[in-house]
Amino acid sequence: MNTFDNIIIALTALRTNLMRSILTTLGIIIGVSAVILMVALGNGLQGLVINQVNSLGSNLIIVIPDSDGGRRSSQDGVLTERDADAIQREIPEVSAASPRLSKSVKVVAGNQNRSTQLAGADPDFVAVNNWDIVTGRNFTVAEARSGAKVALIGDTVREELFGDVDPVGLTFRANGTPLMVIGLLGAKGGGLGNDQDDLIVVPLTTARRRISGGLQTAGPPDAVQVIFVAFQEGSDMNRAKEDVENVLRSRYRIDEDELPSFSAFSMEEQLRSAESILGAFKIGLAGVAAISLVVGGIGIMNIMLVSVTERTREIGLRMAVGARTRDIRLQFLVEAIVLCVIGGLIGLAIGGGGALAMRNVLPDWPITIGAGTVALAIGVSAAVGLGFGLYPANRAAKLIPIDALRHE
Amino acid sequence: MIVRTHELVKVYETGGETVHALDGVSIGVSQGQFVAIMGASGSGKSTFMNMIGCLDVPTSGSIEIAGRDVAGLSRDELAEVRNRQLGFVFQQFNLLKRTSATQNVALPLIYAGVSVSERRARAEAQLADVGLGDRLQNMPNQLSGGQQQRVAIARALVTRPSILLADEPTGALDSKTSVEVMKILQGLSEKGISIILVTHEDDIAAYAERRIDFRDGRVIADEPVRNRR
Ligand SMILES: Nc1ncnc2c1ncn2[C@@H]1O[C@H](COP(=O)(O)OP(=O)(O)OP(=O)(O)O)[C@@H](O)[C@H]1O
Ligand SMILES: [Mg+2]
Repeated sequence: MNTFDNIIIALTALRTNLMRSILTTLGIIIGVSAVILMVALGNGLQGLVINQVNSLGSNLIIVIPDSDGGRRSSQDGVLTERDADAIQREIPEVSAASPRLSKSVKVVAGNQNRSTQLAGADPDFVAVNNWDIVTGRNFTVAEARSGAKVALIGDTVREELFGDVDPVGLTFRANGTPLMVIGLLGAKGGGLGNDQDDLIVVPLTTARRRISGGLQTAGPPDAVQVIFVAFQEGSDMNRAKEDVENVLRSRYRIDEDELPSFSAFSMEEQLRSAESILGAFKIGLAGVAAISLVVGGIGIMNIMLVSVTERTREIGLRMAVGARTRDIRLQFLVEAIVLCVIGGLIGLAIGGGGALAMRNVLPDWPITIGAGTVALAIGVSAAVGLGFGLYPANRAAKLIPIDALRHE
Repeated sequence: MIVRTHELVKVYETGGETVHALDGVSIGVSQGQFVAIMGASGSGKSTFMNMIGCLDVPTSGSIEIAGRDVAGLSRDELAEVRNRQLGFVFQQFNLLKRTSATQNVALPLIYAGVSVSERRARAEAQLADVGLGDRLQNMPNQLSGGQQQRVAIARALVTRPSILLADEPTGALDSKTSVEVMKILQGLSEKGISIILVTHEDDIAAYAERRIDFRDGRVIADEPVRNRR
């Protein structure tokens, strides 16, 4: 008696009651599809978040003034270009501290126009935010200082304004000010609801002096909205965040025990908290999937008990011609496992197909169905078959031959 | 002695009532003997067959099959005795539905650990021996009653057992088919297989060489068959 014989016996038995077999596996099909879909989406979401954070650079600290007006005073918190310079000067591990102003502007080229984000920044902005310049060049320190009318454009802006034409050297207007494209930023792709490529970058001075619209809020003339602080590779980002905070605390004379008028985030920290939220989310999804598998498993157990009862005479006969306890047990276990694995494969096809179809809906999510997923589907369904088939199989195996043979 | 029982007792208790289905049966069957067991309904014939068939355990007394006391054997050891030493033929044939004649006959060989190709060859040869060489792939519902019983006989013989136990093998057959089946059994007996047969009909018992009569769980007569057919 070998497993192959048992699989043949199992398939014959399942074919005999084809409709019932299919209905029985429905629970497993649904359970496994749910598991596959949940795992694929969970991993996709995680990949998306990691990609997003990595696209910003994980050695990055982002500092913003507290908009609710620095809890220590009635005034709004403020950050300035001088703060950025101080951070750069005072912390040796800082590779660049890049301030940024931003504003939404209307850009026009020919008869194309669009609303986009304008970032006023220094030449470090590109490197600090992990941008690539695919064609053209960054602006120079001299251009930054003089407020040259030059711009780097994101891929979305390029496509909207210039289509497939190489935009470098071409001119467009932002809130009426003509700007020349000197470089094109490589696409980062969209993400959780925002398109990172929908922006133009100009020197800070240009943004302040040459482009109309209320870029400035209250505060000193060199106020900025964000400071991006990039640290050298391998820096301790917890320390780094503290260092940045300490520099700013001393500049604004905020004591240890006072709440600061700014907030500093480390991207690494963001990544970790996003991962822990996602981890909990994935456990929740796995729990839902597990419940549906248990329900499916109970269905399998139920139908196997029916099958054992229906085939009691067959069991008796097999025992009469020499089947041992383990032969009968194995026969019914294999039947339960085959039933579950067939359900698992159908579930894999449905869940996997569903997950891949989600790619069309969520094009930026890195959704993949790997060998691990396939192994998971088969393994989980085989385990359900084993777990829930054991009791019916043991019941069959323990029948007394003559009672089984005489069963009505 | 290929089968020997000593003071075999089987007591059933159902709903407070005690039935002595076997009440001290001591019988010896020698190698190659063809024995018919007769007796009124309820006299304990089937109970006796189930005991020596190792399908059930006696309340007391001992059973030896081919010189081996089966009383102390485990379930799996009993399964092996059934597989190697015993062949069963039942009144209701007990073939597996939707399973071809060949596969039905090959069933005991699965549990004997015989390879797939040898199983098939031996099953087909055995079916040819009982005259069903042209019905190998028929399902039970595509065979007549007599043919089904011949498949069952082939199944009982395929592991080359030394003992064939047949509880009313002709009970579901007409008289002409019964004769065919009995001729086959007689042929087997001549080849040296020991046969124990239960029947209600004198005509059928006449094919055997020895006849044992049961009444109320006891042996009341045990003598050679005189007008043997
Ligand atoms: N499982 C059981 N539980 C209770 N009593 C039983 C059981 N099996 C048999 N008996 C009783 O034991 C007695 C002998 O039964 P058995 O089946 O051996 O008779 P039999 O000689 O084969 O009869 P028949 O010729 O009608 O087949 C009967 O009284 C029967 O009711
Ligand atoms: Mg009987």
